[in-house]
Amino acid sequence: MLDLFKELWSYFRVRKKYWLAPVIVIMVLFGGLIVLTQGSAVAPFIYTIF
Amino acid sequence: MYLLGISAFYHDSAAALLHDGRIVAAAQEERFTRKKHDAGFPHKAIDYCLSEAGIALDKIDHVAFYDKPFLKFERLLETYLSFAPRGYRSFAMAMPIWLKEKLFQKSLLNTELKKHLPDFNWSEKLLFAEHHQSHAASAFFPSPFEEAAVLTMDGVGEWATTSLAVGHGHHLDMLKEIHFPHSLGLLYSAFTYYTGFKVNSGEYKVMGLAPYGEPRFSSVIKDNLIDIKPDGSFKLNMDYFDYCTGLRMTNAKFDALFDGPARTPEKMLTQREMDLAASVQDVLEDVVLAMGRSIAKEQNQKNLCLAGGVALNCVANGKLLRDGCFENVWIQPAAGDAGGALGAALGAWHQHLDNPRTVNGGHDAMAGSYLGPSYEQADIEQRLSAAGAKFTVLSDEDLTARTASDLADGKGIGWFQGRMEFGPRALGCRSILGDPRSPTMQKLLNLKVKYRESFRPFAPSVLEEKVSEWFEIDCESPYMLLVADVKAEHRTEMTEEEKALFGIEKLNVPRSSIPAITHVDYSARVQTVSKRTNPRYHALISAFEEKTGCPVLVNTSFNVRGEPIVCTPEDAFRCFMGTEIETLVVGNCLMEKDAQDPALKQDYKDAFELD
Repeated sequence: MLDLFKELWSYFRVRKKYWLAPVIVIMVLFGGLIVLTQGSAVAPFIYTIF
Repeated sequence: MYLLGISAFYHDSAAALLHDGRIVAAAQEERFTRKKHDAGFPHKAIDYCLSEAGIALDKIDHVAFYDKPFLKFERLLETYLSFAPRGYRSFAMAMPIWLKEKLFQKSLLNTELKKHLPDFNWSEKLLFAEHHQSHAASAFFPSPFEEAAVLTMDGVGEWATTSLAVGHGHHLDMLKEIHFPHSLGLLYSAFTYYTGFKVNSGEYKVMGLAPYGEPRFSSVIKDNLIDIKPDGSFKLNMDYFDYCTGLRMTNAKFDALFDGPARTPEKMLTQREMDLAASVQDVLEDVVLAMGRSIAKEQNQKNLCLAGGVALNCVANGKLLRDGCFENVWIQPAAGDAGGALGAALGAWHQHLDNPRTVNGGHDAMAGSYLGPSYEQADIEQRLSAAGAKFTVLSDEDLTARTASDLADGKGIGWFQGRMEFGPRALGCRSILGDPRSPTMQKLLNLKVKYRESFRPFAPSVLEEKVSEWFEIDCESPYMLLVADVKAEHRTEMTEEEKALFGIEKLNVPRSSIPAITHVDYSARVQTVSKRTNPRYHALISAFEEKTGCPVLVNTSFNVRGEPIVCTPEDAFRCFMGTEIETLVVGNCLMEKDAQDPALKQDYKDAFELD
């Protein structure tokens, strides 16, 4: 998880998309919950999702 | 130095291996797992690439992945935010997979690679290229050009859907991009969906269906769906598409524009679908031509390289070539996402590691795209015996003569030789072959061998040196990615009655002396066969020509509908026993259907999910 935050930080710096930081950080934290509570994550086959 | 390129987790996973910049091997995962468009991590393709080079994974210096997941996630979030609260359902379905897996792609890649070599931290060796950078690298670096303009067009990568680059030596500068949701690939996919075919695999069918129709909806598309600028850049009107926020490609407004809902898959095709296909094809060609002309003028380049899924539209490619805005056009044979594995590796070698590139005397570096596994004769015999096959081993000369003779007798032949092709086309190493002069061959192959829709055309393989005697093209087309018309002298004049036929009825009218490969508009998706890259196939066509005076064969991929192209001799034997192919040739082994144990026949038609 620490690696992910490091990579995210360099991504924000390179892309200058700091405004996305709160959105992504909250989502990653919620993602942790999803991982803990859900067995599998299956996505339908549409372009926007991938 | 060894570099491994990987594409995975979307569709058409693949691996490619370079040794000091030379392409050693490349293969799609689907061929090994037998699951069409397999999106999983390409474990088996990697194993194969390593075995081809005779090395273990610890000898790999860098692993290059073909796209950047964070940028994709950024596109997703920004798209959802800009359409919110519309798209909540799609958002709720997309987020779990991203938050659970895709955001952690680097560690996922590390974990998957560790399955090949435990106790090794791959993080330091991993490189990531942008999706269109990978496509552009796959188009330019193996091309036969010292410098060229590079155009890549597909559905979508991270943000880019179309990009322009210019390559010089080992440099590749990305100059311009068109961003999601404005996408030529997605426009074509929307019509693929609307005409009742599967998105991401049915696009070929739309292209094949187009010549049966009239482009009567072209102006409706141009007036409502796409705004095309004089330089070929474009913008889609998102009021008609659902793919940004919904789970379908098109919406109710799109249905209203074309007076009805999308066709249900497998329902009968009508003239309407044919006209829709002809119209979207017409619009696509207009955009590609406009882009080509403006790039040639603006960049002052005489060579063009193409890649990305849209570059598999060989009809548009043929028109671009004939337009003459570029002297030479080279198209990456694995133009889809599988080729991204190769592009990522080549990009890492030339751009990241700054290694020079040498152009190989007018030839490309793809070696005919024969980059997959091959089998020694002894191994083939052992494998076929184990599968219960009854075969005869013939000398090279006898094998060629016997196969040519069976072809001339109108038999469908399974032809399995040498290294498997990389990319979606079978180019004479994993092919089903037939006599193009037979007026019944197209129907026979479609309905009894391939079990696919009868409207679908077949492609010709022609001796490279004879191509301009039979087709309106005077350059090589080794990868079946250029469409050209059958020469006028080989065409059959149609009667007035025949000319008046509509749609699928046109199929039954022989239109040339090689009707099996002549599409209803006299076009053909030509593959030129070179003695240099495939001597055995060249010898077979030459032997057929000696017998019949015709240096052309029908060449279709060795599979049935929905099945990945065969990879091993066992796959070939299974497909042979499940279809009405009459003769199978694997290496120097020849098998006749009548001689086989009937107990080994199997119901193959429904063995694969329809594509």
